[in-house]
Amino acid sequence: MSATVDELAVPKSGGIAPRPDAYARAERIDRTKKLLLKLVAYAILITAAMVYILPFVLSAISSFKTDADISKNPVSFSFSRALGSPSLEGIRGLNRDTITFPRWTFNSIFVTTIVVGGRLVLASFGGYALARMQFKGRRMFFSILLLVMGIPHIVLAIPQFIVLKQMNILNTYWAMILPMMFDCADLLVMKQFMEQIPREMEESAAIDGATRFQTFRIIVLPMAAPGLLTLVILRTVGVWNEFLKVLIAVPAAPQLKTLPVGLSSLQGEFGSSTPWATILAGALFTTIPMAILFFVFQRYFRAGLASGAVKG
Amino acid sequence: MSSTTAVSPKGTRRQRKNAESIRPKLFLHDDRTGWLFLAPFAIGLLTFIVLPIFMALWVSFTDWSGITPPLKAKGIGLSNYQTLLVKDGLRRNDFALSIRNNFYYVILVVPIQTFLAFVLAFIVHQKYLRGKSFFRLAFFFPSITSSIAVSLIFKFIFQVDGLANKVFPGPKVNWFGNSHGVFHNFFGIFGVKGTPGWLRGEFLGQSLWDWLSGPSVAMSAIMACVIWTTSGTLMLIFLGGLQNIPEALDEAATLDGATGWKRMWLITFPMVRPQVFLVLVLGLIGTWQVFDQVYAMSFGGPDKSTITPAFWIYYQSFRNGNAGFGAAMAVALCAIISVFTYIQRKLVSDKGVDQ
Repeated sequence: MSATVDELAVPKSGGIAPRPDAYARAERIDRTKKLLLKLVAYAILITAAMVYILPFVLSAISSFKTDADISKNPVSFSFSRALGSPSLEGIRGLNRDTITFPRWTFNSIFVTTIVVGGRLVLASFGGYALARMQFKGRRMFFSILLLVMGIPHIVLAIPQFIVLKQMNILNTYWAMILPMMFDCADLLVMKQFMEQIPREMEESAAIDGATRFQTFRIIVLPMAAPGLLTLVILRTVGVWNEFLKVLIAVPAAPQLKTLPVGLSSLQGEFGSSTPWATILAGALFTTIPMAILFFVFQRYFRAGLASGAVKG
Repeated sequence: MSSTTAVSPKGTRRQRKNAESIRPKLFLHDDRTGWLFLAPFAIGLLTFIVLPIFMALWVSFTDWSGITPPLKAKGIGLSNYQTLLVKDGLRRNDFALSIRNNFYYVILVVPIQTFLAFVLAFIVHQKYLRGKSFFRLAFFFPSITSSIAVSLIFKFIFQVDGLANKVFPGPKVNWFGNSHGVFHNFFGIFGVKGTPGWLRGEFLGQSLWDWLSGPSVAMSAIMACVIWTTSGTLMLIFLGGLQNIPEALDEAATLDGATGWKRMWLITFPMVRPQVFLVLVLGLIGTWQVFDQVYAMSFGGPDKSTITPAFWIYYQSFRNGNAGFGAAMAVALCAIISVFTYIQRKLVSDKGVDQ
């Protein structure tokens, strides 16, 4: 590799030093080239950003249109007064008959809170044990963890359904909460976080007579706080958006759906014509809470990604 | 989709052992405390993950309908697997179809999203640009949006009168009503319309011509949605890699006269190779499990041209009362994905990717 680079350093003119005005010309060309490059880069970025942003903007606007307005022109970014837009028709459609969006919102908040809270506790205890303790079966447990982590969710869906059925908790909150509560990746991430905490702190606490649990509570947990927060934020997004597990857990309890599952059922509820205003309003309300979380805690998303805590 | 990194167990364990030997033994009774700390998780893991894995295996040897009490299902030996792979019939055809659909989905989505993510990351990484954090946010935002919400937005955009048809030139496409394979359409331009004689041969109930169909038009819309969603996340992984390249390296090459392309080939690519591998393998594992988008956008249609193994497992088990057969498909899918998971593990532990 270095040879190639050296070759390039040899002036093309074959050893004769170029005249000073040639240098100036080269520099001018260089500057034009840089400017051109910059323009191309911006052009690509702005085009890409439009591709990424416009779908959201269009659907947010459309959720305040009437269905008549949307079917007349589904691409317009403006409202048609003649066709009754802007209107709250779409949003009103989210609360009638079997479509109980307010209830689904409550379910989403409730399930996400319980699951993320529970996972945090489980993962910090378990992660600490794996990071700091030597006990019989630790290795075996760790290998089972790694093995099980690779199993795709859809493969677990059928047998998890059986377990829920045997426990007689299908179509209850438990059926959603319990299968989402145990995530192998959580444990590995917490183990990583806890291994980074300096051991000396724990040792001095131990010398002062603290028990394992006291050390964990007083020293380790506060020091792992930034890691815990990152995990909480990433998992909140994950659980909020979870689809398959909830779909399978509450097949016969429409009032227990969470937002994504509720949203997916909107299409079939209106007979032949698709109620786009209502669907897009639903999509908007499902997205807003995570958008707020994202804008407030941006840097934790990046930190989480850097530490490998994000699922693909 | 457990694509999370594990710490290379060998390295850390050895390090810890060394550290342990010179440190005072302060906590001697870890056996009990260790399991006490781990017990709640371990019990849940056993009940909701380990036990179900064995149950999936067991159910795949039964004729369980998914409705009756599962423990009373009748064992039927290898019959489900025979139906899946050997016995000529609709079920084998459908499974082959789902594999074909998903295969085209994988070989197109993975390279495109990887390329796109790299290009975006590379541009966003350039020092001379302003407003980078805005672009980064814009590209990452779909990753935190519910897959169902994104799917529905894309379904809205890909309707006949939708935004997609307005932006792309040419005749309007009825994206979700078109089950034709895009490769077939392409061959059609050259006059190849029906099955050519030499492609009549069959494999798993599909003619060779059918295997060459390419993704259906409907599947292409789903692919666009997924590529759009995932590229942002993958971009951040590449960005992490690019930021790790020491500036001095790039400067030295520039001083030695390396041009932009040379620097790209000789410095940037070799330095982000770990990220490229990671993104490719994460992509391979993820794309073989596509479910949410299919469920929300096409529900497998039209003409089963967007069914994937993951969707078909769900459909057969929970909508069609063939959970035993569904479980057999699940085992087969698991085998496919295990290969990629294994490669990922190898990469992570050997090269320390993503650390």
